[in-house]
Amino acid sequence: MSTHPEPQIEQLLRELTPQVLGMVVRRYHDFSAAEDAVQEASLAAAIQWPTEGLPNNPRAWLIQVAFRRMTDHIRSEAARRRRENEVAVSRDELVNQPVAEEDDTLVLLFMCCHPVLTNASAIALTLRAVGGLTTVEIANAFLVPESTMAQRISRAKQTIKTSGIPFELPDAHERAKRLRSVLHVLYLIFNEGYTSSVGSELHRADLSQEAMRLARMLHSLQPDDTEGAGLLALMLLTDARRKARSNGDGELVPLEKQDRGLWDREQITEGVALLSATLPKGSVGPYQLQAAIAAVHDEAPHYEDTDWPQILALYELLKQMSDNPMVTLNHAVAAAMVHGPNRGLELLEVLKENTRLANHFRLNAVRAHLLELTGDRETAIEQYRMAANKTGSLPERNYLLTQAARLSSKD
Amino acid sequence: MKYMLLMSAPKEAFEWYSKWPKEDIQANMAFMRNISTELKEAGILIGTEGLAWPDQAVIVRAGKDGEPVTDGVFPESKEFLAGYWMIDVDNAEEACRIAARVSAAPAPAGTPGTMPVEVRQVLSRAPCSD
Repeated sequence: MSTHPEPQIEQLLRELTPQVLGMVVRRYHDFSAAEDAVQEASLAAAIQWPTEGLPNNPRAWLIQVAFRRMTDHIRSEAARRRRENEVAVSRDELVNQPVAEEDDTLVLLFMCCHPVLTNASAIALTLRAVGGLTTVEIANAFLVPESTMAQRISRAKQTIKTSGIPFELPDAHERAKRLRSVLHVLYLIFNEGYTSSVGSELHRADLSQEAMRLARMLHSLQPDDTEGAGLLALMLLTDARRKARSNGDGELVPLEKQDRGLWDREQITEGVALLSATLPKGSVGPYQLQAAIAAVHDEAPHYEDTDWPQILALYELLKQMSDNPMVTLNHAVAAAMVHGPNRGLELLEVLKENTRLANHFRLNAVRAHLLELTGDRETAIEQYRMAANKTGSLPERNYLLTQAARLSSKD
Repeated sequence: MKYMLLMSAPKEAFEWYSKWPKEDIQANMAFMRNISTELKEAGILIGTEGLAWPDQAVIVRAGKDGEPVTDGVFPESKEFLAGYWMIDVDNAEEACRIAARVSAAPAPAGTPGTMPVEVRQVLSRAPCSD
């Protein structure tokens, strides 16, 4: 036994959580109870290891403690069932199940991101069961009370139980579909953390880190999945700009005003390398394309050097693949940068008919930006203000109001 | 996404409520309790509170030296906040669906159980990433 600083133990526990949980679920076939047992085992470890030292085999230690909790749980359950005159689960039969550990983490991800769950439930469950975060940490990250998050997780586990989702890898056809759900949930977690790292928002940035850690894990489990690699590359290339994205006061700094010296070069290099290795494999999907767009931005030494024709071409491809109105909107921006703001404004006219976009603040924000480029200051101010009225984000609203004020005060 | 569901009413509505028959008041209270429990168990309730009735309500402004200057005479038409629910849901439709259920809280026979509920998004501290 040796002593280890707490952050190192915390890191180790989070790496081991999905492995241990997978093992326990596989053996006892009860996801909900297994999840509780593993949380208790992790908690015991977090208390004991810093003072008593790290066990020789931390994984085996956790499994043993979790198994003990499960045995207690089954005993009390069995007693309850006997009272109800039902047959209890035979533990010997369960213990003899073959174990395929390497797939366990993947199966867990598939389970936590199952389409029967709402996005919010899938996110919470993934962070806890696969990410190894505590309920308090997840609650803090989403700025909700701990009891709310505890209920959400418990409800999610109940949904999985009643849906009778088996703890096994889905077949090849189903797998591709389920993998898309997993990628989507990881993408949502990343976006939750995609924010300034200022003051009270500090812990939200950790969500991006956590999403990247999970995407990395997924990529190592599924190295041949090109979209999984694309998502990881997208995260690396987007997160690389984090420090430049807001100023000391937590105000948003748009791409053209960012200090590119603050961008994380190492992360950009890694993201570009990953993307370059992935794109030639064929089957290019939306995450790879978005990563490619992020890479073009990241590789421009100055905003003026941005290769807009390439970005426009990538958005053309992305538009064919996705009906996401934000893609259409970004395509219009790229077109404006290549062919001038009037071309962009023409494309936006068509978008007014789009019901998913017509009322979205981003449409007004983009229109404001393009109008400003054409020199139509009055209408630009009006559009910035309309965007500010519609947005649900405080930093975004502050940014838009400041833009409107900046234009109004110009002589 | 977080939303506030705000239930407001003019002062006369509070006075009217206090004169409801016992069964009607109890049915209304039970409904409010149940819906809060349900939202709580679903893991979407962030908080809910009912406010004291407007009789003691004052509106305060800073006076010349910053001391509180209160104003307690309100026009008949003024609406007072009766209580709120703060919820965390996937989208605006879900928030409106819950608001409609709250609005349908039972009222005395012969009167509509359709209290207006204001639905307001709570600003996110994160930039909108879509």
